[in-house]
Amino acid sequence: MSTPKDFTTGVGSDVRTSQRRVLFITRRTSAMVKRTDEEQVQTYPAALVRAALAFELLTIGLVLMSLFFNAPLEGIADPTNTPNPAKAPWYFLGLQEMLHYFPPVVAGVMIPAVLVAGLIVIPYFNVNIEADGMFVKDRARRLRIFYLAAPLLSVFLLYFDVYVALVPTLLVAGFMLLAAHSGPGSASSLRRYLASRAVSWWIMTWFLVELIVLTVVGTFFRGPGWSWVWPWRS
Amino acid sequence: MASRLDNTIARIEQTRLWRSIFRSGTGNSTLHRAMAIQQNIFLHILPTKVRRRMLDLSATWYLGTLTLGTFVLLVVTGILLMLYYHPSVPQAYTDVTDLRFVVSSGLFLRNLHRWSAHAMVLLAFAHLFRVFYRGAYRPPREFNWVIGVVLLLITLLLSYTGYLLPWDQLAFWAITVGSNISSAVPLMGDKVRFLLLGGHQVNANALLRFYVLHTVILPLSAVFFIAIHFWRIRKDGGLYVRQSDPLRKSAAQGEAAEESVAAGAGKEEA
Ligand code: HEM
Repeated sequence: MSTPKDFTTGVGSDVRTSQRRVLFITRRTSAMVKRTDEEQVQTYPAALVRAALAFELLTIGLVLMSLFFNAPLEGIADPTNTPNPAKAPWYFLGLQEMLHYFPPVVAGVMIPAVLVAGLIVIPYFNVNIEADGMFVKDRARRLRIFYLAAPLLSVFLLYFDVYVALVPTLLVAGFMLLAAHSGPGSASSLRRYLASRAVSWWIMTWFLVELIVLTVVGTFFRGPGWSWVWPWRS
Repeated sequence: MASRLDNTIARIEQTRLWRSIFRSGTGNSTLHRAMAIQQNIFLHILPTKVRRRMLDLSATWYLGTLTLGTFVLLVVTGILLMLYYHPSVPQAYTDVTDLRFVVSSGLFLRNLHRWSAHAMVLLAFAHLFRVFYRGAYRPPREFNWVIGVVLLLITLLLSYTGYLLPWDQLAFWAITVGSNISSAVPLMGDKVRFLLLGGHQVNANALLRFYVLHTVILPLSAVFFIAIHFWRIRKDGGLYVRQSDPLRKSAAQGEAAEESVAAGAGKEEA
């Protein structure tokens, strides 16, 4: 009654390789299995043993640290006695540094909101998905944007005296400039590498460098009244 | 000696009680190993098989795994610390000094909790950047990246709320600096700050709120989102592989592997 289907479906079950596609084998063609030769291992024990090992090494490291270094504890909280400087935990010192230059709405609300939103949307923009070098596709337009954005940002930081953020910005912009004038044919491997970096790589790397510089400055180089101090001179 | 131990273990594994708990049974077959994952409520969130090269140190640097490790350490040491700590003023402070000088191993316990907390923040950031530089946020993993950002925020909040609990000068002023920022939120700044602190200043109410956030609400949220995070890794087809990652070859596979890599090269990264 019902016409027999023109094909049979099946999924190969070779345990050692990843199955990439469902096969539709029609009656008229002979089957040809296309598979990737990605080697797979069982999660138990292969992955779990490695995770356990990682966990043990981590524990040993932290236990040793706890045996040799004591967590800080100062005098009891006293609302009438403000320490100078009063510092946030280290991971917020970048923001506290910004608080020094910009009003709290900007440094304490807008910048963190933009950062979080920026992180969230990364995978949803195609420009962050592309893997080509920044100045490969659409070169003329991107060069124009770069030549406009980098100086604008630098002048902005200069205007508000944010030298701690300006220096890393200039550094990264310098490397971007080098990348713009390099290509796959460049002689040095550094220039070939830089030329192949995508837009998202540059933005994230700039962010990472700023994060590290601002956190280190906030932790070690800021003293009373948020003035600049040299940690080895006190 | 060792073989007698093995025998004993093997015998225990065959008892009716054991088999009633661990249904996968014993044995080294692929089926048994798959079942060890799939039949276990905690492990079945993981895939039963993983790509061999994703276990290399160079792939993930195990940063996500280590972040989870610090979280586990924090839960264990945190629960023990809760046995000695009252979230009230001024007893919070005296409890913490007692941990240093009176409670046996109290100093060690507190140190381990504190250093693990710093490590967790550091590792979560490192994991984020590692995932980014591998390009592992790309579709279909974009939502797991978002879950990751949520986990990062939870991690920061966990660390920040814990910072107040010792009720020393460091704690008090760090939270004062931080909570002052929240009053800069346009229009409802002061309300936000009041909600956070349970008052207009960092005081005993704030300590209690931070304690509840730190020991109940945030850890539960963390467990919830970590579970989704792991589940999504499995559902998104395991960890992200770049075609440019070197393929590991076992003797059995040899040249076929090489060919298919050559054919597939460059396809995935675009
Ligand atoms: C409490 C914090 C976190 C824990 C416990 C955690 C745990 C893990 C683990 C164990 C993995 C497996 C592979 C690996 O180790 O890299 C993983 C993968 C992943 N994580 Fe996290 N993670 C956390 C935070 C984050 C953050 C902050 C992000 C980024 C915003 C993120 C995004 C991802 C993504 C996209 C993957 C998939 C990577 C791939 O497919 O290769 N996670 N996570």
